[in-house]
Amino acid sequence: MASSIPRTSRSSIPFYRDTRVIAVLVQVIFAVAVVAGCWVLYQNMIAGLTRANLLPTFSFLNVPASFPIAESVIPYDPSMTYSQAFVVGLLNTARVAIIGIVLATILGVILGIFRLSSNWLLSNVAMAYVEIVRNVPLLLQLIFWFYLTKMFPRVQESINLGDAVYLHNRGVTLAWPEPTASFSNWLWWVGGALLAAVAIYVVRQIQFRRRDRPGVAVPYAILGWIVIAGVGYVLTTAFSGMAPAVLVFPELQRFNFVGGATVTASFAALLIGLVIYTAVYIGEIVRSGILAVSKGQREAARALGLSQGQTLRLVIFPQALRIMIPPMTSQYLNLTKNSSLAVAIAYPDLFYIANTINNQTGQAVPVILMLMVSYLSASLFTSLLMNWYNRNIQLVER
Amino acid sequence: MVADGTTARLPDVTPVQRITTWVRTNLFSTWYNTVITIVLLYGLANALVGLAGWIAQAQGWTAAFTNMKLILAWTYPNDQIWRPQLAVLIVAALLGLSAGVWRGVVQLVTIGAALTTGALAVPAVGLPEFAGTVGLPSWLVLAMSVALLLLGIPLGRRAGGWLRWGLIVLWIAIYPIIILVVRGGIGLPVVETKLWGGLMLTLLLAISGIVLSFPIGVALALGRRSRLPVIRIFCVAYIELIRGVPLVTVLYMGSLLLPLFLPGGESVDQFIRAMVAVTLFSAAYLAENVRGGLQALPAGQTEAARALGLNVVQTTFLITLPQALRAIVPLLVGQSIGLFKDTSLVVIVGLIDLLGAAQNVVGQPDWLGTPGGVWRETFLVIAAIYWIFSFTMSRVSKRIEDSFATSRH
Repeated sequence: MASSIPRTSRSSIPFYRDTRVIAVLVQVIFAVAVVAGCWVLYQNMIAGLTRANLLPTFSFLNVPASFPIAESVIPYDPSMTYSQAFVVGLLNTARVAIIGIVLATILGVILGIFRLSSNWLLSNVAMAYVEIVRNVPLLLQLIFWFYLTKMFPRVQESINLGDAVYLHNRGVTLAWPEPTASFSNWLWWVGGALLAAVAIYVVRQIQFRRRDRPGVAVPYAILGWIVIAGVGYVLTTAFSGMAPAVLVFPELQRFNFVGGATVTASFAALLIGLVIYTAVYIGEIVRSGILAVSKGQREAARALGLSQGQTLRLVIFPQALRIMIPPMTSQYLNLTKNSSLAVAIAYPDLFYIANTINNQTGQAVPVILMLMVSYLSASLFTSLLMNWYNRNIQLVER
Repeated sequence: MVADGTTARLPDVTPVQRITTWVRTNLFSTWYNTVITIVLLYGLANALVGLAGWIAQAQGWTAAFTNMKLILAWTYPNDQIWRPQLAVLIVAALLGLSAGVWRGVVQLVTIGAALTTGALAVPAVGLPEFAGTVGLPSWLVLAMSVALLLLGIPLGRRAGGWLRWGLIVLWIAIYPIIILVVRGGIGLPVVETKLWGGLMLTLLLAISGIVLSFPIGVALALGRRSRLPVIRIFCVAYIELIRGVPLVTVLYMGSLLLPLFLPGGESVDQFIRAMVAVTLFSAAYLAENVRGGLQALPAGQTEAARALGLNVVQTTFLITLPQALRAIVPLLVGQSIGLFKDTSLVVIVGLIDLLGAAQNVVGQPDWLGTPGGVWRETFLVIAAIYWIFSFTMSRVSKRIEDSFATSRH
């Protein structure tokens, strides 16, 4: 009896109504359709490229690029290969993305705090800024800043902002700290401080775990690093009689500036545009993160006798941070991806260089592949890092 | 509150007292708030006076206004201008009637649209007539749209159930109708897409992107939640691939690779390439929004549907998907704003949209004599156009969100 039931049920359901069979069939059909579709497209592409005599190959990478690049982090000249030009583009994107992320975070946090200010005027001015910037396309803003830099006068007639910043048609020249002879001594302090910071991080983590209370160790580590490096700076100055770095103000010579650091107009326009635009979104994340911590938490902390500062540091901030990290990650990635708009204002970023390489070699497929792999690996790397960090600070519920 | 004299005396507070109290608590509550208020007032006053002075003395405003036809419709033939205008009026009429029939969210969207159109109509009164165009003045089209939007509400309310079905059919057909009116075909002279541009192109691209990416995005979201591993992996790979790269790369791919994928090296016009790229890009983001909506549904919904004997397809299309889509309407409006702004990137692949038209106007040799050029005025005008559209959409999204929040309790 027990063995006859499965037999009857098996024979009563035809195979085309068995969900397991259907599932396998659907997947097989789907896979075949996708593969066949890709195959047709691939065949068309190869046929077209053969006709144009442009079969995809990566051999162009070792050919001299023979185009100049306006600015580069590493030494570059047109006799170098396409692959080196590509790396220059990669590094230029990384440069604007990293500086942009740091500045946008600072501006965004300030903006988020301003939005929460008890001062009506301040919070509304911040809101007006958010509403204006958020509703205008980034590309339009970038082009606006770029046109503005074109209005700057010749180097000889630079606009002088407090002797520290000069605006001219070749870009922006800033006062910049330059290392002196005692800089290498101070570097030891910086390295030692880094080790100390790691130690502080580990100790705090262990303390949190042992006391079974949530906490964020990174701020302590960063604070420790800054304090030790700062003390080292003062001590090095005192012992060697020379500050490890001095702020060098640019000086206008006959044709150009001497001292200070000069960035191109494109870079300045791109950086300003990206920072102003991304800061708005970061500001909103900071604001909603702080607001999302329930009022009861603040009241409970105050009732327990924690001071205003302690409430913020031990109760509000760790919880807000937890809420803020995932959207922050996506904003950082957005900033990196948006830096590809640099092509419209002639900053030689990854996309700009890839476009130039494609125009010169006609190798669209390999260039697009390299471009996509670069952006995707940056995205994946950042996501992995942030997911790891996020997992570390998430609340563990029972 | 304490039940003594304090509550009884409250109504006696004079308006002047109320204002001073408000000023004291909101502007001068502490010493640092006082400092902030004074510094900000000084800075704001300076900035506003400077801005007003500049607006008054700037000479470049004529550039944008005399070239408004280029900015709005680029090189669309002058004698056919009535066609995009007709398309605008058709959509306005349809939206107005729908607001009356369905009310709720649709009515919020309609009122938002009427406000946007009204805001654009006022400055449009000052626009000069464009020689040789066959069509109505811009301000009249906008004013008529406002009228249609607002008149449709009472009309739709009065009409019976027959209108509901008529409207549903029309909404399904609206996208092909718009394309037919603007591009031509049956009976109308064809206007090639390479003549399209300006605000018209921006709007058409954004609408195409949203409309066409909708079915793809929903399918991807359902695929990502599927139990079948092959389909799930495909959908996850597609979504993460597209979301990992910038839109410029996708547009670039559309522009370079799409012609290669077609047999015989047929040429695909630039508008279609951009449209395909924008659609494929938008679908990945839409899929994530839909997935969020599906995940937020309580599992009891699916279980109850299954218990009632609905199969998987019925459960999805009758129970879970409608609820998920309703819940993510504000997110979809937000995504539409993003797409509307992002269409400006098509200038990088050589299309002339609103931004491209403005850049073109700025570069005209007529303005070489104007000191400093006309770029500030022209870019400010198109920034204002972008801003009005995005801002009203974001307000509508906020209102929808609020109405959901209240209706749920």
